[in-house]
Amino acid sequence: MSKPKNQCSKTHGAPKVKERDQKVCIRFKCTVLNTLMDVLRHRPGWVEVKDEGEWDFYWCDVSWLRENFDHTYMDEHVRISHFRNHYELTRKNYMVKNLKRFRKQLEREVGKLEAAKCDFFPKTFELPSDYHLFVEEFRKTPGITWIMKPVARSQGKGIFLFRKLKDIMDWRKDVGRSDDQKDDIPVENYVAQRYIENPYLIGGRKFDLRVYVLVMSYIPLRAWLYRDGFVRFSNTRFTLSSIDDHYVHLTNVAVQKTSPDYDPEKGCKWMIQRFRQYLTSKHGPEMVETLFRDMDNIFIKSLQSVQKVIISDKHCFELYGYDILIDQDLKPWLLEVNASPSLAASSQEDYQLKTCLLEDTLHIVDMEARLTGKEKRVGGFDLMWNDGPVSREEEGIDTAGTGNFVANTHLGCNNDRKKQLRQLFCSFHSQKKVTS
Amino acid sequence: MLQEEEDLSLTIAQIVQKLKGSRLYAQLERQAWVSLQKPEIKLETLKEDIKEFFRITGWEKKLHNAVYSELTVFPLPRHPAAPPEHLKEPLVYMRKAQGSWEKRILKSLNSMCTELSIPLARKRPVVEQKELLNKWNEMGTDEPDLSLFRPVYAPKDFLEVLINLRNPNYENGEHLNFKTHLGLIQVPLKVKYISELKEFFVELSLNTGQLGIDDATQVPPELFENEHVRLGQKEPIHSMDSKTEVLAEQDSAAAQQYIRQGSPTALRAELWALILNVSNQPEDLLYYEQLKSNVIQHDLLVDSLIYKDVKLTASNDDYYFVFEDYLYQVLLCFSRDTAVLGHFAYNSASPPKSYIRGKLGMEDYAVFYPPNGVIPFHGFSMYVAPLCFLYHEPSKLYQIFREMYVRFFFRLHSISSHHSGIVSLCLLFETLLQTHLPQLFYHLREIGAQPLRISFKWMVRAFSGYLATDQLLLLWDRILGYNSLEILAVLAAAVFAFRAVNLMEVTSLAAAEAVLADLSTLKVMPLLQIFLFATVT
Repeated sequence: MSKPKNQCSKTHGAPKVKERDQKVCIRFKCTVLNTLMDVLRHRPGWVEVKDEGEWDFYWCDVSWLRENFDHTYMDEHVRISHFRNHYELTRKNYMVKNLKRFRKQLEREVGKLEAAKCDFFPKTFELPSDYHLFVEEFRKTPGITWIMKPVARSQGKGIFLFRKLKDIMDWRKDVGRSDDQKDDIPVENYVAQRYIENPYLIGGRKFDLRVYVLVMSYIPLRAWLYRDGFVRFSNTRFTLSSIDDHYVHLTNVAVQKTSPDYDPEKGCKWMIQRFRQYLTSKHGPEMVETLFRDMDNIFIKSLQSVQKVIISDKHCFELYGYDILIDQDLKPWLLEVNASPSLAASSQEDYQLKTCLLEDTLHIVDMEARLTGKEKRVGGFDLMWNDGPVSREEEGIDTAGTGNFVANTHLGCNNDRKKQLRQLFCSFHSQKKVTS
Repeated sequence: MLQEEEDLSLTIAQIVQKLKGSRLYAQLERQAWVSLQKPEIKLETLKEDIKEFFRITGWEKKLHNAVYSELTVFPLPRHPAAPPEHLKEPLVYMRKAQGSWEKRILKSLNSMCTELSIPLARKRPVVEQKELLNKWNEMGTDEPDLSLFRPVYAPKDFLEVLINLRNPNYENGEHLNFKTHLGLIQVPLKVKYISELKEFFVELSLNTGQLGIDDATQVPPELFENEHVRLGQKEPIHSMDSKTEVLAEQDSAAAQQYIRQGSPTALRAELWALILNVSNQPEDLLYYEQLKSNVIQHDLLVDSLIYKDVKLTASNDDYYFVFEDYLYQVLLCFSRDTAVLGHFAYNSASPPKSYIRGKLGMEDYAVFYPPNGVIPFHGFSMYVAPLCFLYHEPSKLYQIFREMYVRFFFRLHSISSHHSGIVSLCLLFETLLQTHLPQLFYHLREIGAQPLRISFKWMVRAFSGYLATDQLLLLWDRILGYNSLEILAVLAAAVFAFRAVNLMEVTSLAAAEAVLADLSTLKVMPLLQIFLFATVT
């Protein structure tokens, strides 16, 4: 039942209709037409609502959120797939600001060593506001390459590389010119970032990693890490001599799809398990463990840096797509965080991965109220942070301080999610039978 | 007794003969001279002291490994009066079949050459040489027009030849009886029964730990994995008992025994190098550079075939496309490596000959073509692709591939009676299936889907490109460990057994192919264990 607050508000999420045999009916709304739709439609007990109907669950896009979130009243059980001000983490300029501020805070409160753990993003300056700071840094280290990225665009659009200030002078002039002509077009914000010139190469090609992190709440911070992910390869061999060749440097599949070399049958992706095995056979297990631990650190620190800024609404959850680049010293760098990672599938394997990812996300969102809240693993997701680090060991043994702590993350490891889900839900079923 | 002693001394003499020309011999000699400077070497006990010196400094181990390598690769000599053809292949009808197959291949190659009017070999102009040198690390970006080239042959052509093999001395009989073999291969070769296979593969049995099974998530690592990894280690760990760490000891024979239970991912590259007796000497690097300069200077027709094969197979594979450039670097050099000609002494095949233009038939102007005597076929590059996962330095990758080829892979495309030859593998596969899954075999035969037609391509490629990479590497661990390819036939039969229920319901060859099209989710070791040790026979 909708209870209008005033003329322009809507309520969603009237009490669920319960059928006689205790099955719940969950109304969902979803605007994307791809893997997600398949998953939602196949979920038992979930019913799609169209247009203006009421919903209990909405996988919205960010533009809807911007326009409607503030005027929408949601019942307690309703869930929505974004946080109101997620852009604090996902827009490059805000993320940089938050991370810098967090780093300073850590330095003040804990010490230099802890603050150094935040050094996973290359030196970045927001333009045009930090232009002078940028020029100072630029002059300090001449000859290196910088990359210019528009703050709010995705899929590799608008990105270019440069080595000389002259190159961006020209660009500035262009931007300035259009500013004069049409005053209502705002100057787009860019970030200038130090380009990583020594990326790790496989088969002579550059690649980046896409990893999925699910955040259920910010206060307290609860984050889950998905075991699967993939490695996206650039279609052409890496060389610093051709910085105009977008295809060499940008690894988004969207850009690669337009490269003349691109063969859709080939697929430019590896599953992260394969990547982990490849590295292990080349460098040994210890170095690979260190690399993955450093990546855990990136996820946690980046979320902590926006923890106090993001409005933690209990209706919200968010599935982030992290883009990580690895350099030749096996150090991971954070490129960016995506609030709406692409859910379209580029191959059968990809479809499989995304379907399982979304199913497990919905298990954790738990509209069916099946979980106890004490789980450390659901399907392919491992609980990475629960208002504190989560250990692989059983509870009761507090090893966080003793150095024997092993984090409960299994990125790139075996994902026997079907088995785990069966065990998880079977035990609930039998518990329910006992209690009812 | 006397005969055995004679055989032994003959073997020793042959091995000594072979090693005398090798680099190891020169190094040992030099080391012996150097050791004379040392105070512990005394003139009265010169022989013993030098032996002791070799033992302490690890040279004895190297000699050990070299001898072991020779014994493994070269078959033992038979009767001293046996002609060299017998070493290649003792059965006459097999030799004849191989000879006529080779003639066909060469004819096909020559006719392609004439049709396209491309010479079999030509020297590159200097400009082209420079260009190729610049592009050496990214030859995959080249897009030459290969549409007119066709692979010289594909595995299914080879299968037809094998199907038509007949022993002229063997009377098959017109009437079907219980001894009739229902499969495609109709030659009477000895293959192992399942009881013999159980003995042969005893380390794969149910109560022995395996990597590929007992390192799965539910099994606590203390039970098997930790100990097995520790045993493989590089650094000697001092322990109470006399267990020695395989890599620390650098012993090929021990490594071969160890790897029967699988190799830990991090140690695999080194273990394989140890078993294949491939080391990183500066001479090897120089040799590779020499081959590379041969590639730069001369262009062979075979190169285009290699390009085409890589583009058709490895580049389209989801996992191996990344290694495209490495494949060219290895295969182009491989074609020019005359050291490979040595393996024809025990290979039933012989290198094809070609003649300098205008001098057809004159033996003085005959050369082997390609220089290594191996004409690539469709799918050849898949032998190299999985190795790129382990070795990243081109000359090491090259050596490992070459060694794998002259020990194992050549047997998969030449006609011989060897127990690891493709003919025996096919027969072993069919026999296992007919004996242990007779209903399935009969059903498939009735619907026109002879099982070998489906499994042949798996075996010819040693399952490369069909299994997931980590599973493939576990399988190849066992090939190295047992020094035999028979495991390929056993795995093929195990796959059919695994999917038997679905296969019983199909009604056509195409449907059967569809059931067996995707092997990428299979776990190799459990399948093998179940088939060998847990199936009721």
